[in-house]
Order: sequence, then C-alpha cells, then structure tokens
Amino acid sequence: MQHSSTMFTKILIANRGEIACRVIKTARKMGISTVAVYSDADANALHVNMADEAVYLGPSPSRESYLLSEKVIDAAKRTGAQAIHPGYGFLSENADFCRLCEQESIVFIGPPVGAIEAMGSKSAAKTIMEKAQVPLVPGYHGDDQTQSVIKQAADDMGYPVLLKATAGGGGKGMRQVWSEAEFAEGLAAAKREAKSSFGDDTMLVEKYLTQPRHVEIQVFCDNHENAVYLFERDCSVQRRHQKVIEEAPAFNLSQKLREEMGEAAIKSAKAIGYRGAGTVEFLLDVDGSFYFMEMNTRLQVEHPVTELISGQDLVEWQLRVAAGETLPKTQDQLEIRGHAFEARIYAEDANNDFLPATGNLRFLRTPQESKYVRVDTGVRQGDEVSVYYDPMIAKLIVWDENRDKALQRLTKALTEYRINGVVTNLDFLYNLATCQAFIDENIDTGFIEKHHDEIFHNTEQALTNELPMAALYLVLSLAERSKSFAKDTTDPHSPWNHTNAWRLNEAHIHKLTLAHNDIHYPVVVERKRMGNRRYYLITVEHQTFQGRTLDCQGTIVGDEISTSIDGYRSQATISREGDNISLYRSNGVFNFTYIRPDCGLNNADDNANGLIAPMNGTMVSVLVSQGDKVIKDQPLMIMEAMKMEHTIKAPTDGTIDTVYYQTGDMVDGGAELLAFTPKEQD
Amino acid sequence: MAKIISKINSRSPEFIENAEHMQLQVDDLKQKLNQIKQGGGERSRERHLSRGKLLPRDRVNELLDPGAPFLELSQLAAYKVYEDDVPAAGIITGIGRVGGQECVIVANDATVKGGTYYPLTVKKHLRAQTIAQENNLPCIYLVDSGGANLPNQDDVFPDKEHFGRIFFNQATMSAKAIPQIAVVMGSCTAGGAYVPAMADESIIVKEQGTIFLAGPPLVKAATGEVVSAEDLGGADVHCRTSGVADHYAQNDNHALELARTAVANLNRVKPVQMNIKPVIEPEYPVEDIYGIIPKDTKQPFDIREIIARIVDGSEFDEFKALYGTTLVCGFARIFGYPVGIIANNGILFGESAQKGAHFIELCAQRKIPLVFLQNITGFMVGQQYESGGIAKHGAKMVTAVATANVPKFTLLIGGSFGAGNYGMCGRAYDPRFLFMWPNARISVMGGEQAAGVLAQVKRDQKDKRGETWSAEDEQSFKQPIIDTYEHQGHPYYASARLWDDGVIDPADTRQVLGLAISASLNQPIEDTKFGIFRM
Repeated sequence: MQHSSTMFTKILIANRGEIACRVIKTARKMGISTVAVYSDADANALHVNMADEAVYLGPSPSRESYLLSEKVIDAAKRTGAQAIHPGYGFLSENADFCRLCEQESIVFIGPPVGAIEAMGSKSAAKTIMEKAQVPLVPGYHGDDQTQSVIKQAADDMGYPVLLKATAGGGGKGMRQVWSEAEFAEGLAAAKREAKSSFGDDTMLVEKYLTQPRHVEIQVFCDNHENAVYLFERDCSVQRRHQKVIEEAPAFNLSQKLREEMGEAAIKSAKAIGYRGAGTVEFLLDVDGSFYFMEMNTRLQVEHPVTELISGQDLVEWQLRVAAGETLPKTQDQLEIRGHAFEARIYAEDANNDFLPATGNLRFLRTPQESKYVRVDTGVRQGDEVSVYYDPMIAKLIVWDENRDKALQRLTKALTEYRINGVVTNLDFLYNLATCQAFIDENIDTGFIEKHHDEIFHNTEQALTNELPMAALYLVLSLAERSKSFAKDTTDPHSPWNHTNAWRLNEAHIHKLTLAHNDIHYPVVVERKRMGNRRYYLITVEHQTFQGRTLDCQGTIVGDEISTSIDGYRSQATISREGDNISLYRSNGVFNFTYIRPDCGLNNADDNANGLIAPMNGTMVSVLVSQGDKVIKDQPLMIMEAMKMEHTIKAPTDGTIDTVYYQTGDMVDGGAELLAFTPKEQD
Repeated sequence: MAKIISKINSRSPEFIENAEHMQLQVDDLKQKLNQIKQGGGERSRERHLSRGKLLPRDRVNELLDPGAPFLELSQLAAYKVYEDDVPAAGIITGIGRVGGQECVIVANDATVKGGTYYPLTVKKHLRAQTIAQENNLPCIYLVDSGGANLPNQDDVFPDKEHFGRIFFNQATMSAKAIPQIAVVMGSCTAGGAYVPAMADESIIVKEQGTIFLAGPPLVKAATGEVVSAEDLGGADVHCRTSGVADHYAQNDNHALELARTAVANLNRVKPVQMNIKPVIEPEYPVEDIYGIIPKDTKQPFDIREIIARIVDGSEFDEFKALYGTTLVCGFARIFGYPVGIIANNGILFGESAQKGAHFIELCAQRKIPLVFLQNITGFMVGQQYESGGIAKHGAKMVTAVATANVPKFTLLIGGSFGAGNYGMCGRAYDPRFLFMWPNARISVMGGEQAAGVLAQVKRDQKDKRGETWSAEDEQSFKQPIIDTYEHQGHPYYASARLWDDGVIDPADTRQVLGLAISASLNQPIEDTKFGIFRM
C-alpha cells in the first residue's frame, strides 16, 4: 500500500447536482479540499455551497459551462486542484478532456484515455471484446452504414432487432424495430436522435432479446495490475432504456453465474488496460447465458446499491486508485451483505409519457436517513429544477438484510418522500415497488410495459375501495380543519364549527366530485347516526359502482386513514397537496383530484386554435408548413427537451394557419407553436 | 353541577307506544318537507337547470362553508294556505356559516311561481331580516324573483310589513353595520331591483341576472322602446355602465364564490362575552324524548326528563326547586353556553309566576340567555286564585319576559294556550327564535275548552228564551269548534303562517338550540331595564 502523503489535498469536481455533492462528502471525509464549478443556473446550488471553493464557468446551458474542457481545466489550475473528478455525464467519458488533463498534469479521476476511447465507440468496443472472448449479442457493428447493408444484417439475425448509435449511451439514439416494415422509420429516427445528441449518426444493429435482464458488474482496477469486481446490479426495470429502480445483488443469480460474470467483466476491463471504477453491462437471458453490451468508464448513477451491499465507499476507492494507491480490498476480502435498492426520483410526468417537468421545489421532505435509508440529492427546498440539466431530483437508496425487507424499506421511504411544486415520478416508483410482479422477482427489461395496467391503475375496479376512502378522507379532514380554525376564535365550541352538513329535517349530505385518471366521479356522502355509532353511507354516482351504497366508517390519525368499507377494513397513508389527494396503499398509490365547482373561469376554448409547447426545449423538426391540411394525430413538429424527443401531433383534422417556430429555435414551455384551424364538424 | 337522574324506563309499553306515536308525527313532517324541498316541481326544475342555473338549495349549499350546518327557517311557510301550491313560500331562508361567519341567507326559488312574492313570501323574507337584525348577522340575498305576485298585490304591496319593508330593513341594517350582500342570479324586477341596489355589495351573473325597474314589456308599453332584457339590465350594463352591481360573475358558482369573498372581507369578530365551557353530550340519548312525551296530551310528564336530554352532561342546577313547582327554573349549559331554562311542569300558579319573574331577573342581570320549554294550558283560574292576585303575578312574569334584554329561545313542546303563551315567551314576546315540536298545539285555549265556553254561552241564551238543547245538538254544535281549533292549533297550520320559525324533530332540539344560541351571540347582550312590576 502506498504512503498516504501522496493523496490529493484538493480536487475539483467537474459536475453538479447529487453526484457533485456525493463526491464532496467523501473528499471531506478523507480530508481533501473541494472545488466546485457552476453555471448561472447553479449559482446557489447545493454543490456550490458544500464545496470549499467554487468557480463560475458560464451560462446555464451545459455546452456553455459544464462541457467547456478548457474552462474546467483553468478552474483547476487557478485553485490548485491536483485532480478532477468528472462524476458521470458531462466530461466523464470524454477522451479529449482526459487527454487535456494529462497535458496539464492534472489527475483525471477515471480511466486512462485509451480505455475511454476503446469503449467510446460501441462497435469498436465489441470488436475488442470479441477478441478477448467476452460473449457478445449477435449483431452488425460494421463501418458500412448503407441503409440496405444495415437492413440486410437485421433481416439476417431476425426481428426484433435493436438499433443503437455507436457513439450513444443512456438510451439516446436507440430504437427497437419489431418488423421489417418498421425498419426504415426506426433507423431514421434513431439517426436523427444520434445526430442531435452526439453529432454522429453511425448505427449498429443487434439481436433484440425479448426477455433479457440488464445485469451489470462493478469492476475496479488499479495501476498495479489488480482488478476486482464488486458484484452485480440488476437494472432491468427501465423505461425508454433509462433505469428506474436498480438493485443489488441481482435476484435469482447463482454464485457460479455471479463468478462467471465477474470474471468476464474483469477480462473486459483488462482487455482495455482499465483503471478505476468501471461498469460492464451484460444482457442476461432466461437460460443463464449473458452477453456483453457495453462498458461504462465512469462511476455509475446506481453505484450506491453496490456501496450498501459491499460496505465500500466507491468514491474513496476512485480517489485512492487515482492517487496511485493499490485497491483497498482484494477479491477474497469482498462479500455481499444484505440487499439494496435505488429508486431514481425524477421531475417528470409518468402519466404523460414521462415528459420531463420543471419548476420550483416548493416543498421537499426527504425520509429520515439511517443505516437503512440513504438519500443522495443535490437540491434543497426552494431550488429550481431547470430545463438545462437532467431532471433527476434525488436517488433514494435503501438497504436491509434481504430483498423483502429492503423492498419494504423502499415503499415506506417512498411514502415519506414529499415533493411539491414539481411533478415527480414518486407515485410511479411506489406503484412499481408495490407491484406484485416486482415483489415476485418476475422482472425483465420489458417490465414496465408488461405491467403497465397494474402500475398505472387503469382498471376502474381498483377504485371500489380507494374512491370511497378518498371521499371519506375529504369529509373527515374537513372536521380537522374546522377544529383548528375554531381554536383561535371567540366561539371555539360552537356547533356552527361542525362540518356535519347538518340540515333541519333533512339528510345530512356532503356532495363532492373526485377525479381519477381524468374521469369524474360524483360522490354522495351521507352522515348517519345510530345510537352512538356514527357512520357514512357513500354512493358513487358512476356505472362502475352500479348504484351501490357503501356503509363506511373511518378515522384519521396524522396522515394515516383507517377505514371500514362495507365491513372491509384497511389503511392508507394520505398525502394532500391542495386539491390533489394521494392514497398510498399496499398495492400502489392512488391519486384523486377534488373537483371544485366550475366557476367558468377556465375558458377551454382558449387553446383550441393553437398548439402549445409542452415544455422548454428546442425545435428539432417542423414537419408541416402554412396551409397544410393535416389529419388527427399527424406529427406536426418534433421538439427536444431534456435530451428526449417529443412529437407534437394534430389534435383533430384541420389546417395549419401559421407556423411560429423553425428548426433549431429555442421554445419556452407554454408557447404557442402554430395556429391551427380544426376542420368543421359535419 | 347537579346531574339529572332519569327515571325513564325505555322498555315500558307506554314508552314504546309513545315513541311510535311521535315517530309517526316526525315521519309525517319529514315526508311533507321532502315534498316541499323539491320546490316548483320537476318541469320547472328542469327548465331552471337547462338555463345553466343552480337550484336554490344547491346555491345555498355552494355558498356555505364545506360541510357547514344550515339552520333553515320557516320550512312550512305557505303550506296549504293558498289555492296555489307555493312550497316554502317560494323562498329559502336560514342561517349558515360563510367564511366562518354566521350569515342569514335569503334565496328566492324561481321554480316556484317564478320566485314571485306572495304575502307569506314577504313575511318569511321579513322574518329572516328580523332575525338578522336582532342577532347582528350579515345578510346574503340570492335573488331570482319576478317581484310582487300581482294577483295578491293588495296583501303584498301597501302595508307597513309588506314588500317595501324589505328595503327599509336593508337600509336600517346597513346603517347598523350589518352587511347586506346581494347576488343577482336571475330576475330582479321593479321593487326587486332595490335588493341589489340597496345592498352594500352586489354581484350579478352574466347572461342570467337582470336588474331593472321595468322589464322590456313594460318599457315597450310605456315608451315604445324595444330593448332586450340583457341590454336593459344585464351584468354588462350594471357592472360596466350603470354601476348598480359591483362584481361580474361568470356563472352561479362563480357568483357564490364572489359572495364568499365579499364575506371574507367583512372584518367581523364575534363578540362572545360569556363563560364558555367545552361541550359535554347529555348523559341520555336525545331520541328518548320520543318515548317520554305522552301520546295522550292530557297525561303529565316530568319536564326534567326532557331537560336531561337537551343540556350538556344532563347537568341542571335548579332554582327554587321547592317553590312554585309547576314552573321549573334552573341553570344549565347547551354546547358550552350558559343558559337559564324556564320550563312548564303543570299549570301556572301565582307562586310559579313570581318564581319565573325572579329567575328571569337573575338571568338578565347575569346576561345569560333564556330557554323557554313551553307546555302550558294556562294560568290557574277560579275565585281563590283571582283573589290571590294571579293576574298581577302573571303580569310580573309577562313584564319580566317582555323586557328582559337577553336572547330568548322558545320551544313549544306541548300545549301553548292562553296567557300561558305570553308568560312563556310566545311569538309576541320577541324570542330570537321560536320552534315547535310536531306534537305541539297552539291556540287561545284548548279546543274542548273553547267549545265548552261557546256552548255554555249558547245554553244560557237558550235558557233565557226557555228553549231546550239536547246533548246531541250540543255535541254537534261543539264538534266543528273542536275540529277548527285542532286544525288551527296544529303546528303545520301555525308554521305555514309563520307563527313560529319552524317545526323541528324533537331529536334535533339540542342541535337547533345550540345553533340558535350561538348565532344570537353575534349581538352583544345589553343591560336590561325592566318595567314596573305590580307588587
């Protein structure tokens, strides 16, 4: 082991958000000073406050700040930082930046330039791995990018196939093609995305496994020929090829297979002379065969699950290795303890095709952290989630002795996580984590699509308990509110404070309307008393309920409601933000909106003749021009925001009157994109 | 405080029989009111809704705080009074919470004869205003009315307590800083135009509300000018040009929301200045009252059994328990508010009347509200009592009742006959609220007594003329009188004519009293100056 005096005294973190904060924490623990960098949007960001020093880079867009190699190097030199931690994303897998560091004698906390370059191109990576006898998915990685050649390769291996940008990552420039007929369209879209994301639209095509799991191996190498693997992570739960919930160790994975995959991963790393933290991603087929997908030459977003099951601090490992030390542990000294999950909390609308959201985090309450619960975040209450960067708000990581217990920790922590002001995927994560198939480890990369109905509660039948429960909650919570109001008045015990809907010689009835998935349910809640028993008769005026009247009782304690509905007792944790009510149940979260009487102020006609940008972003493609006749659902424009494409479609048949934006324009969310006249109805 | 120990056996056959009898009366009341609640029938309701308007009861519900109680008044107004069916006299009145403030709400029901004012509509509207005035409650008028009912104009227009008094009251209440808020949700024609015009703040619904002194037909007849109702007096005219209305509402819901906003800006604090305690439910179920009130009205019962089921914790500190025992007086609490209870427990004697007067003095001095439980056949009659000065003793009680300046609440739970009605704070004595149970009866004397008196006079005349009168003839003379008294003494007959503020289910007594007492406390209790007590 090398002498500790060679350890850096100051490092610069060329990143932002949670990963910058994460690196600062370990550096601080090790007595290393930290330098943060920031853009305009991040002037008051948490990572800037946490660091000992901070250097301004430039305007908010990352191209003008976090991606400017020279400025970052300059900041390191100015502050005397001996090393740069690139985090993930931004410059972390940029070989030129790595080279620049080398030239300036600043240590790049990551792999050598050669390793980045080798893995930077997916097809080149595969060639190397093929030589190193690491198993590969059948595919075409050739340089000949003629459409017919690529298509021929796809036809040969048989559909479905997967198109990928060779320069890509993170799901950009990637398309599944299920049949020969879809091929041309898929290739064009993938190329367009690749071009805008990476400036390079070279594609490869691979056999698409229908029920694969995404299992990746964490490897670590030092400068002294040592290499270990810190076991695997299962990242199969993905939507649009982006990871949602990761876990370690992978469920239902034999020790033998674990070792085989670990060895293969080390073989991959060694094939490119790797150093530092790396991740080798494999597709694991149902029969136990696994195929190399790619190697990520950086610390992964999901590294904390590995930390929690191995008891190691991977950032500390990175710093030690970068400082020239040997790996802190040998393979024999590493073992798996317990089970960990990570849920990625994003500002996005899961119910609207995961459209990224922006806004102010008006209210933020994280679960209590403990040895079981960890929250990695880069934001505080009041911070903005801006259009400029990845919309991830935090990572919630939990640990316990086994998968079941850890999963319980996860669901509980998710109910305790409260974010208001920005739409988040918290409910979606909760629904995932409580989905029976997830509990049963019945998981592959198609999980979310397969269990869509269960996760999104599309079935109205699921509401027979939850809707009355929400209605009861509203009625019962009226009393709580009134009590707290009355307390401070001159007449605190007045029967006028009651919220019993009392009427002289009439039934005592609350009428309210609740919406679920945009369907309105009028609910009649009648308050009844029989001797000392107080109860409610609830009638939902909707065909699903077939005019049944439910005999209900309930109590609220804090944010818990316990109900008896026609004799069936159950509980839920309730969260209310304004008129939105969420019921966290053992089988998922159910969201309702209390519909206020229509005051005629939202004029629905206002937007009928125009189409509105769903969010801030860039106009990628304008597919129509003035005077065009279009049909319903015809794509009109393609916008890109948050690194994802969004197609603006015609709401009905009609005519395009004016197009207000051109390709390349920046568009503000809510801006009118084009004037549109719907076709007259006959 | 002393707890009343109930001696009622709820398993006795009498109790069960009584309870069944009361249940029938309550059921009948609720069934009739359920019909009345529908307003002007299915067709006019549908027509109303098709115009995008809310039904008047839904308007009231939307106006009130979510889940708030509503103490509706005079539900039986005009019941079987006119040849026309005029449910609830075509107007809904009551007290309800808006923005945490008790308000009097007056809502026209346009589904009943276009919301026009029959004589009893006027009376009901004025009664609601009186309640607002006496209890210092803001008024919210939900206007949707064609104005005076023209065929009945002689009983609606000219007199002191007629249509004009509505605006007089608005002006005088406004002068006393009792807010007047009008929401124009339909027609507001002729005299009716003054409701929003006289209001402190007024709201009008676009394309629904109209305000004008003369409608388009009258304008055309008078001047030949042809103009639409909307151009003559719609929301745009009055909010943008004339200034007759202050707030422009998109629809009924919006208008009600604006009314709630107007109340929120009133800056009022309820001046409750009394020793309030937390509420304790009575020890005994209020429903027991059904079984306690005898089916046979001639049977006596102990009024303390009723008190035990109305007051907090069934606790009652009796005053002069051993003196003048036919009148029970004492202190108790209802919903935490201190009250003095005066309740009949038999016929009134001189001693009972003096005790009552004394107790009223105590409550007036201490500013404790008074609750009268009225079940009285009258003062004792006969030479002994007249010479004992029962008239002056009765007069003391009547003087005390009339002049006591504390809020008074009267409940007719049985008979209300003769001068007993006066001593026990009948309608003429300005109780803040007066309610009846469905078993109660009110008349100058009992039907039998009246028939007996009239028969005696007739017999005397016949005797003078030397005629004979058979028992059958006498009976057939008396029966119609008895029937008339029974008919006119019935709570429905009384309530239809607004001799009271409503007929209530006995099981709601505590709730109604609690709401009424609480509402009354919006008006500070003033000092009392009694008149001369004849000693």
